[in-house]
Amino acid sequence: MLEQLDSTFPILTCLLFFPLVGAAVLWLFDDEDLVRTSALTIALVELALAIFVLMRFVPGSPAMQFVEHVPWIPALGISYHLAVDGISVLFVGLTAFLTVLVVIYSWDTIRYQTKLYMMALLALETTTMGVFISLDLILFFVFWELMLIPSYFLIKLWGGGAERHYAALKYVLYTLLGSVFMLVGIALLNINYHNYASLHHMDQLYSFDLLELLAVPVPLHQQMLIFWLMFMGFAFKAPVFPFHTWLPDALLEGPIGMAVVLAGIKLGTFGFMRFSIPLLPEASKSPTVVSMMMALGLAAIVYGAIMALVQPDFRRLLAYSSISHLGFIVIGLFALNYQGLQGSLLTMINLGFTTAGLFFIAGFLQSRQQTTQLTAFGGMAKHTPLLAAFFLLIGLASIGLPGTNGFVGEFLVLLGTFKAHWVFGAFAVTGVIFGAAYFLWYYERSMMGPVGKAVRESIDDLHLREMVIAVSLAIMILWIGLYPAPFLRMMNGSVQALVNRIDHGTVAVLKERGREMSDTRPAGDEPLAARPGSLAADSL
Amino acid sequence: MTDLLIKLIPVFPLLAVIANGLIGRYLWSHEWAHRLAWGSVGLSFLCTIGVFADVVRTGTAHEVVAYPWIFGGDLTINMAFLVDPLTCVMLLVVTGVGFLIHVYSVGYMHGEDGFTRFFTYMNLFMVSMLLLVMGNNYAVLFIGWEGVGLCSYLLIGYYYDKVSAAKAATKAFVVNRIGDAGFLLAIFLVFINFKTLDYTKVFAQIGHLSPEMATAISLCLLVGAIGKSAQIPLYTWLPDAMEGPTPVSALIHAATMVTAGVYMIVRNHLIFDLSPVALTVVGVIGGATALFAATIGLVQNDIKRVLAYSTVSQLGYMFLGAGIGAYTAAIFHLMTHAFFKALLFLSAGSVIHALSGEQDIRKMGGLSHKIPWTHKLFFIGTIAIAGIPPFAGFWSKDEIMAHAFTHHHYVLYGMAAIGALLTSFYMFRLTYLTFYGKSRMDHHTEAHVHESPMVMIGPLMVLGVLSLTGGFIGFPPDQGWLHDFLAPAAGASGEHEVSTGLVLTLMMIASGIALFGWALAHYLYSVNPTAPDRWAAKAGVLYSTLMNKYYIDELYDLLFVEPTKKWGLALDWFDRVVLDGIVRAVGHMAEMGAAGSTWVEKHVIYGGINIVGYGNHLMARQWRQLQSGMVHHYAAIIVAGLFLLAVVIQLIVQR
Repeated sequence: MLEQLDSTFPILTCLLFFPLVGAAVLWLFDDEDLVRTSALTIALVELALAIFVLMRFVPGSPAMQFVEHVPWIPALGISYHLAVDGISVLFVGLTAFLTVLVVIYSWDTIRYQTKLYMMALLALETTTMGVFISLDLILFFVFWELMLIPSYFLIKLWGGGAERHYAALKYVLYTLLGSVFMLVGIALLNINYHNYASLHHMDQLYSFDLLELLAVPVPLHQQMLIFWLMFMGFAFKAPVFPFHTWLPDALLEGPIGMAVVLAGIKLGTFGFMRFSIPLLPEASKSPTVVSMMMALGLAAIVYGAIMALVQPDFRRLLAYSSISHLGFIVIGLFALNYQGLQGSLLTMINLGFTTAGLFFIAGFLQSRQQTTQLTAFGGMAKHTPLLAAFFLLIGLASIGLPGTNGFVGEFLVLLGTFKAHWVFGAFAVTGVIFGAAYFLWYYERSMMGPVGKAVRESIDDLHLREMVIAVSLAIMILWIGLYPAPFLRMMNGSVQALVNRIDHGTVAVLKERGREMSDTRPAGDEPLAARPGSLAADSL
Repeated sequence: MTDLLIKLIPVFPLLAVIANGLIGRYLWSHEWAHRLAWGSVGLSFLCTIGVFADVVRTGTAHEVVAYPWIFGGDLTINMAFLVDPLTCVMLLVVTGVGFLIHVYSVGYMHGEDGFTRFFTYMNLFMVSMLLLVMGNNYAVLFIGWEGVGLCSYLLIGYYYDKVSAAKAATKAFVVNRIGDAGFLLAIFLVFINFKTLDYTKVFAQIGHLSPEMATAISLCLLVGAIGKSAQIPLYTWLPDAMEGPTPVSALIHAATMVTAGVYMIVRNHLIFDLSPVALTVVGVIGGATALFAATIGLVQNDIKRVLAYSTVSQLGYMFLGAGIGAYTAAIFHLMTHAFFKALLFLSAGSVIHALSGEQDIRKMGGLSHKIPWTHKLFFIGTIAIAGIPPFAGFWSKDEIMAHAFTHHHYVLYGMAAIGALLTSFYMFRLTYLTFYGKSRMDHHTEAHVHESPMVMIGPLMVLGVLSLTGGFIGFPPDQGWLHDFLAPAAGASGEHEVSTGLVLTLMMIASGIALFGWALAHYLYSVNPTAPDRWAAKAGVLYSTLMNKYYIDELYDLLFVEPTKKWGLALDWFDRVVLDGIVRAVGHMAEMGAAGSTWVEKHVIYGGINIVGYGNHLMARQWRQLQSGMVHHYAAIIVAGLFLLAVVIQLIVQR
């Protein structure tokens, strides 16, 4: 993970700020159609940039690629450090992809302040990209927090529900509260680095840089503290059960576009994978953390699924189904083995096509019947066969039918979990049954059976823009389901590096560094194991 | 060459799915849709013959890798195929019977809405079923396994605007998923023990497997098999699955998909062999299901439901066979059953077709002269399933029963024998009520009765011939051609010598049982037609219990479905009131805390948590006002965060 591949052209900076600049340009336009067309163009160019990054990405390599590193506040060791690796590169593509679809979806469904909406959306894209490609923890934190501003307004101003103001505020406050703890955790990492650096007379005394922080050991008790602080940030955002109550509100009250981003782009669990686990490997594999995370994950799987079963509103059902899916990601992550991590990562990406896809379906339903309540539907397949077909395909992918993307991720997660702790794995498999039950039962009642009384006579099937969205999602779902090799190859190098990191822990870094130092500094250095305060091998 | 043929087998129907599914509705007529559908399956059948000929000639299995599917770390799963004798037999059944049913469907489905959709689903089913039997590892088997489940779901729900069809489809999928969960666990156990999912590699290291682990894997596999093959206790979805069009019942719910569990057990027989416990469980479940489903079949009045229960029962025989180690016999019965049950379902379809959709046998009768071909063919099917020599069903069923007897499983033998009597009885009852006696049809239906077109009768004739002669590939018992062919894949089953006299005696007994069942049905439904009602009235509770299928569906509802929904509602309350209540309470506490007067509260909570209270307050205001307020709060919370940070850092530095 320490190896870096530099690029000559600052492609990531372009990727990062292009939507924001685009948003600023949008400000100049007044014509609504021009705004829409420009927003779409910007999103498409951004997608092209993202695809370029994906294509030039060296698969199978654990290295950080397309690195850009410029000092920002050198005194504190804060820098503008961007890069992608196998863990983050697919999120870059996913974010760009979903933004395009959201712009297309919003074409005629946003009828109020279109310009502001598109600007907020593009700003959200920039901040989301920032979260994924920042290697400096402060830079990451800045984007993490900045994300809330466009999100807040998107929910508040363009939400459809009566409670949208409350939902927006709840979302922001919940995330902020978590972030405060996370910030403390980040600060503690910095302090730990500082202590170590001072003791070893290193050139740089402060750092918030992920790669540099990875290179110093962190004592186990410190790791535990930092882990739980960062947990607050990531778990609130994810959201991990039982910190999820903001999610149904935000998804139900906010606009579909925001719901797609919230449910499709898994920032919280990405945080665990990017920061918590590699920075705090000993804490992550301590029995306390593993059993706690497994318990939360399993509870989420079953709780979310049973909750989803009884929801009459499709968007609320989706909220609980995403909580259930998040449980799968969490147990996969804390299985801490290859399949678990790989499966979790792939599942995070998958949900961007499946759960987010189902939110688009919810949007299609909403724009036809002005609600996603079950009472408004019934026998829809008769009048809207295409809608019903895509609904089924995306839904089946979300419950992990083999041949779709959902299966590959879920299979790996369950296999990894089963390998690590078979009891948890066996328990998690029940989620497979519940998933089928809640999705198919809703599908049966909304799409099959006699045509519902509330269904309008003149109801239309999918129109062109909706078809574009549905077909793009279907292609991704089947591609990853049937031929996931390109995606797996991209992530494999980094996942292997992460597994090594977990296996060897910060002790390995210590030894590595010790060897380096004994080469470069011939004398006067005390033996590592004897140094007080450092991570003692027996504390593992 | 053979490798290419193997790869082509699933490709033809796949291409047809893509063509018919994506653009068929818009670009070509029903004519071309069905030609593409049966044509592709026909081509697969021809490829299968080519592959089969090669396997027979060379006697070797072929393993072909198409492409790497899931990999990473120590896991590699290829999209790869294995064609050995066992797969060959399955392939012949699937593509052969599948082809006939596709052709039949052209006539049966003529004029239905969604004609192209029907054939798309059928072809998709073929692809899945082919992956299921051809996969060289558990994961590819699982794609097929859930794929056929999906197609079963789609085709049961083909008439999706019928509530009963929609419900049956969901039920089938969810119940199957229970089995699939078990199967997934088995896959994980296999991977943990063998570090691979490829059959050949797994079976090569089978010696290292501990008996306990073998039992665990076998039982998990069995859960999967029970779900797919509709055995006790997960059989309830299959009778409901009759909501689908009749060709679907024939193809999926009789001849192919439901036998996947048997195939899977035989495929893994090396693991099952290590665990006598698991084998006993397989045998007992099989025997119990064979008998249990047969009793329900005695009193059902829907022609397709009788056949459905008989399928459950016959699958029970196959499980029984596998459970006593008669793997070849189980596959033999799987094959003959595919012939005669497809024949029975399709000719039942022909009856239904003739009667404009009527399925209730109480409203039939006297059809033998009106639809003579259908009648003759149905009769052949009945004789075959009843087990009267020399028809196909006799040889395979007798082999299972004989094996049970000679291997001293007398209880299972007894169950199978009683089941055989019931089978013979209810099948002849069905035949008598449908084709003989006085007509009980209404005039409107009666006026329209017509023999089905050649496109339907033709496939039936082929199946009729197969039902008549198919048993001879397993003749003489235990030493037939099939036994030699399957020996490398399914193990030799006739390892200890049995005297010819005993074999012949058992055959006589089996034939006698079947004939007795026939005689009984003849007496009750031809000689003395008032007797059944009197007997039913006498039996009272027993009769109504059977009529209501032992109330198992109601029991499951009471035990599992309703409690789960109740739990859902309870958790929903918990989520809204308790969990969210805590969140709201924290907000309110912060609000109240703000009223406190100490300096710390003012400075810490103001910026930190009180914002919740402010938020609630501000919610009512216009968004413009909040916009400016927001930045304010944002700054406040960052400040609070930094303050908290400073405190923590202070504490740490002091320590």
